[in-house]
Amino acid sequence: MNTKKRGLVIGLILLALLFAGLYILENTISSSTMLITILKKGVIYALIAVSMNLLNGFTGLFSLGQAGFMLIGAYTYAILTIPVNMRGMIYQYYDGGIVQFALPAIIGILCAGLLAAFFAFLVGLPVLRLKSDYLAIATLGFAEIIRAIIQYEGLGPLTNGSNLLRRFPTFQSVLYPFAAAAICIGAILLLINSTYGRAFKAIRDDEVAAEAMGINLFFHKQLSFVVSSFFAGIGGALLAMYQGSIQVATFKSAMTYEILLIVVIGGMGSVTGSVIASFLFVASSEWWLRFLDNEMFIGTFQVPLLRSGFRMVVFSVIIMAVVLFYRRGIMGDKEFSLTRVRNRLLNRKAGRNA
Amino acid sequence: MPEKMLELNDITMQFGGVVAVNNLSMYIGKGEIVALIGPNGAGKTTAFNCVTGVYKPSNGQVKYQGQVIVSNHPAGKMKALYAGENRDRYPHVVDPTPDKITRMGIARTFQNIRLFKTQTVFENVLIATHLHRTSNPISAAFRLNWREEQKMRELSLEMLDFVGLSAMKDELATSLPYGKQRRLEIARALATRPKLLLLDEPAAGMNPQETADLAQFIVEIKERFNLTIFLIEHHMDLVMDISERIYVIDFGKLIAHGEPHEVQDNPDVITAYLGVEDI
Ligand SMILES: Nc1ncnc2c1ncn2[C@@H]1O[C@H](COP(=O)(O)OP(=O)(O)OP(=O)(O)O)[C@@H](O)[C@H]1O
Ligand SMILES: [Mg+2]
Repeated sequence: MNTKKRGLVIGLILLALLFAGLYILENTISSSTMLITILKKGVIYALIAVSMNLLNGFTGLFSLGQAGFMLIGAYTYAILTIPVNMRGMIYQYYDGGIVQFALPAIIGILCAGLLAAFFAFLVGLPVLRLKSDYLAIATLGFAEIIRAIIQYEGLGPLTNGSNLLRRFPTFQSVLYPFAAAAICIGAILLLINSTYGRAFKAIRDDEVAAEAMGINLFFHKQLSFVVSSFFAGIGGALLAMYQGSIQVATFKSAMTYEILLIVVIGGMGSVTGSVIASFLFVASSEWWLRFLDNEMFIGTFQVPLLRSGFRMVVFSVIIMAVVLFYRRGIMGDKEFSLTRVRNRLLNRKAGRNA
Repeated sequence: MPEKMLELNDITMQFGGVVAVNNLSMYIGKGEIVALIGPNGAGKTTAFNCVTGVYKPSNGQVKYQGQVIVSNHPAGKMKALYAGENRDRYPHVVDPTPDKITRMGIARTFQNIRLFKTQTVFENVLIATHLHRTSNPISAAFRLNWREEQKMRELSLEMLDFVGLSAMKDELATSLPYGKQRRLEIARALATRPKLLLLDEPAAGMNPQETADLAQFIVEIKERFNLTIFLIEHHMDLVMDISERIYVIDFGKLIAHGEPHEVQDNPDVITAYLGVEDI
């Protein structure tokens, strides 16, 4: 009990230090630098990856619908928050659209989560009573259907069809997405460590035994799915704010696979793993591995293979390598903790001395 | 006769053409220890699964404390396949999921141990206290249920103490030796606070000493928690030692029942166990 309390205090202190560091960083370097961009996108991806991990890693349900729920979140947010005087210009093909009000950003974000959660609830009703395998198929199909529906001309006055949505409130400071993600990930952690989280893990480990212990499978799977989608929806809204404009085409199933890759690399069932892997992934794809997509000449010699799209090839190889040789990811199902690091170091020292 | 705790009426379970349990009727009185025995593949585990809601029987009825908790009759394709009589005797369909049955007060252990393998010994028991929660996900996440959480932990520790595993409570459940894993399964079942405990071969894989200890232990938990016990077991000395009555099935059919000494001398039972056949 006491060590737990101490852990919480240390965690909060570290979080405060993190925010102080970010604040200083932001005020010393230009906000358009790559580092700031990576931090913003990375922390949003971290939230989305953790939400997927809640379902895939902690409850053992394999869903491939993350992009679909992010899409719902992003669109809900955008549709509800675009200022009224901008709507005429943005919905130019639809007479300014049918929504003629604008909610504050924070309410828009909440609605994004709630609508995504509501759709998850509807999808879950028939699917989660079946064997778990059906969820992957159903959610993948759902994500595709949602994409098609939003682009449907008839819904244009609401969704602007396949045209961009923009001019909704965004954030400038890197502190904004960090604060949002910290609150959301904190809430997920609290749920995971509650009695309901224990029930999720029991279902993941052995459905038959969990049911025999009085755990209602359908209710708990539905709960995990709805909560996961709620936070995916919020992640979608934050991503919309980060990008400044959204379009259906961004939320392809490739995005779900990116998130899945992050979850696997970080470790199924490890929240800290997902967070670390998110930053690594975003930094690699936006920054460190960018050069793979550019043709490069050394003198007159053209370095082979480097051309647009090669980055994705390298990514695919990394995925295969992780799945084949490194299945437990960076963290396995453990969490990062200072005590663990200290014990490791002490053990190593002790080993050397012995 | 004591009040009936559990009653099986004409329970039949067919898997395609295989009749795993065939018209089985039996009862267990409140506070009794009753054993179900029979050769390998006789249908004992299947009978358990029909009681606990894992399988939906093809026909028949289960009553718990006088109340029908499972009931079914062959319909549609099953009707053509169904081999038994009494097919119109149980018109109602009552088909609860296993968790509901556990919440009514029937807990079980598994023949092929099914612990939560990524969880510690303590967590395995703690999970089994979840069913009596009064919290909702939000109050639990924000620890408004801390009082209840504390009680859950106390109860779990008490159960572990009782089965003698509290010293290894933080070890991974699957790292325990076989006999201790079986005891942990019993502790976990007890943590659901059952009235009726079903034990599926609790002594499987145990040596004679462990088996003797277990026999005593089963009687102990029965007394301490005011339980009724329904037991499947292959170790005959354990069965003969602690059960008040025994039912014997072979190929899904009841072939004998009675007190231990009656069953022991029954020629049908001897034939079933030794595999002697009339020529
Ligand atoms: N899900 C199932 N599908 C098909 N057949 C099954 C199924 N479950 C059990 N059976 C069959 O039913 C019969 C009875 O099996 P059961 O497991 O109940 O026997 P048992 O008495 O528990 O045996 P043991 O002593 O080996 O545990 C066997 O022939 C088995 O193959
Ligand atoms: Mg069996």
